[in-house]
Amino acid sequence: MNNPYLPYPVRIDSVVTETEDRNLKTFKLVFLNPEDETKFKYIPGQFAELSVAGLGEIPIGIASSPTEKGFIKFTVNKVGKVTNHLHNMQPGEIMGVRGPLGNWYPWDVLEGKNVVIIGGGFAFTTLRSSIVYMLDPANRSRFGEINVVYGARTPGLLLYKDELAAWEARDDIKMHITVDGTDDPNWKYNVGFVPAVTKQKAPSAENAYAIICGPPIMIKFTLPVLTELGFPPDRIISSLEMRMKCGIGICGRCNIGTEYVCKDGPVFTLEKLSTLPNEY
Amino acid sequence: MSEVYFTREQFPGVVEKLLGRYRVFGPVFQGRYHEFSEVKKADEVDLGFQNTRLSPKELFHPQSERMFHFSLDKNDPDAGIVKEVQKDYSPRVILGIRPCDAKAFRLDDVNFDTETIKDPWWVRRRAATTLVGLACNQPCSTCFCSAVGTGPFDASTLDVMLVDVGDGYVAGAVTEKGGELLAGLDEARSVPAQAAEKAEVLKKSAEAAITTRLDVESVAGKNMLELFNDPLWDEVQFACINCGTCTFLCPTCWCFDIQDEVCDNQGDRIRLWDSCMFPLFTLHGSGHNPRSQKLQRVRQRFMHKLKYYQDKYHGGVACVGCGRCVKFCPVNIDIREVARLMSTSCACPA
Repeated sequence: MNNPYLPYPVRIDSVVTETEDRNLKTFKLVFLNPEDETKFKYIPGQFAELSVAGLGEIPIGIASSPTEKGFIKFTVNKVGKVTNHLHNMQPGEIMGVRGPLGNWYPWDVLEGKNVVIIGGGFAFTTLRSSIVYMLDPANRSRFGEINVVYGARTPGLLLYKDELAAWEARDDIKMHITVDGTDDPNWKYNVGFVPAVTKQKAPSAENAYAIICGPPIMIKFTLPVLTELGFPPDRIISSLEMRMKCGIGICGRCNIGTEYVCKDGPVFTLEKLSTLPNEY
Repeated sequence: MSEVYFTREQFPGVVEKLLGRYRVFGPVFQGRYHEFSEVKKADEVDLGFQNTRLSPKELFHPQSERMFHFSLDKNDPDAGIVKEVQKDYSPRVILGIRPCDAKAFRLDDVNFDTETIKDPWWVRRRAATTLVGLACNQPCSTCFCSAVGTGPFDASTLDVMLVDVGDGYVAGAVTEKGGELLAGLDEARSVPAQAAEKAEVLKKSAEAAITTRLDVESVAGKNMLELFNDPLWDEVQFACINCGTCTFLCPTCWCFDIQDEVCDNQGDRIRLWDSCMFPLFTLHGSGHNPRSQKLQRVRQRFMHKLKYYQDKYHGGVACVGCGRCVKFCPVNIDIREVARLMSTSCACPA
């Protein structure tokens, strides 16, 4: 019987420090057994449990896209026991990955639609996965216009800076990068909070869906902007975080009302969330 | 249901027979109360109990269970790789389980054994186990099984049902597995008419002894948010001290934690019972806690049992009426009363 709690062994291939505060690192992981990579079939929006023997497991969104082969990537914020240890691990060391877990952004529904991606801070990981996925030559024609509003407090806190610059240079994706503030005279993008920039850039709600991930305060102030732009609640999609253990809907701690964030989520429409208790 | 009979004197011999064919777990008097544990000799089994203080959920979902093993020895080529451990899934019998506790396993199956995801330890133990239940001739004052979809003589989730008729036991096979268990017992003979009559009388009197009536079905029809936001939770949570006793005693509480333990350079990944009564249960790494307040945690417990479970699985409530939480709550919070408040609450038109 397949044991859903058993992690696949992986090797850390590289570690990249993403932000100037050095609190976020991206881990590129390679499966020890090539057949495990085949079994680990994921879709952008899903997450996995990263396992460090002796420390435990943590649920982290998958930052790579299934169109990128040979590895998986996770960007991890340093907050607790496992993540602190992980931040000290080196390429070549062995750890584990369990998943993929949870649901995903509704790609079948998004097909043929314009997609507005709104991200804040380090909640940009599964959004990166989504952008890479949509920009893949095999997929780009399946989607309409792509708008991305991505903000961080300072330029140094933005994730994936090289990729952001590369996407800026493309004409098949409209990037709206912003920071809350900066004293960098060479900063050439926007300055302002995500809600304000979203309002200013006003991506059309016509035939469009919005995917929004970020700190609660950003989401709180961006939702009214999206509503004003004409996005109905069933076309606003978000991904939630919750303390998790099993990640497969069994251990009982991540529920919001009847829904387990790990199994029935983490992706929910605003319409669905409005039917659930405000306990997240 | 094919039924057989054996006398009280024959019972130890029957247990001995079972010990030859299965691992046998039964109620054992531990000096202060009864507890389900593995028995090696027939006389360890004591069926003279009302119910055990702890439910037998431990036998399927141990309070602490080794999930995996790993080595952190730098010289071990597999260092850091988490591996499965051997477990005993040989056939076993749980003897003397009460119908309510057996029903609890059925209620928990929807969590551990789904179409897509199967908890391997739960599923294998369930498959390896034959449940030999003991009907409740004398329910406790805190019992309310028949108000939540089971009953003192409910054999529906058992493999064999025993009824203690005084001078012997009437044993009925409920499932094929139960039939196989009884088929191997040559003590068994056909049920004397008197014993059959006695069993009927006992059933009626036991059922009559449980007078609690709850309208838990009506909770399913209520709006989740209205019930969630109802002021009744203020009243329910007032005395609660978040000790978690209710969740540890409850046969349907399945929540668990996963922790790694290391000694020297060898370690285990273990799972441990956890409780929604504790703030740590939902504490995020960031420090945010969606259930930081006592009211939220108390509400979660009752909403899960009586509302969320019903709405999610459509199989009644996640409560079997064993009454343990009522009996052992240090501040007398009574789930029967909470169920009443939930079923009568309404967003009354002004």
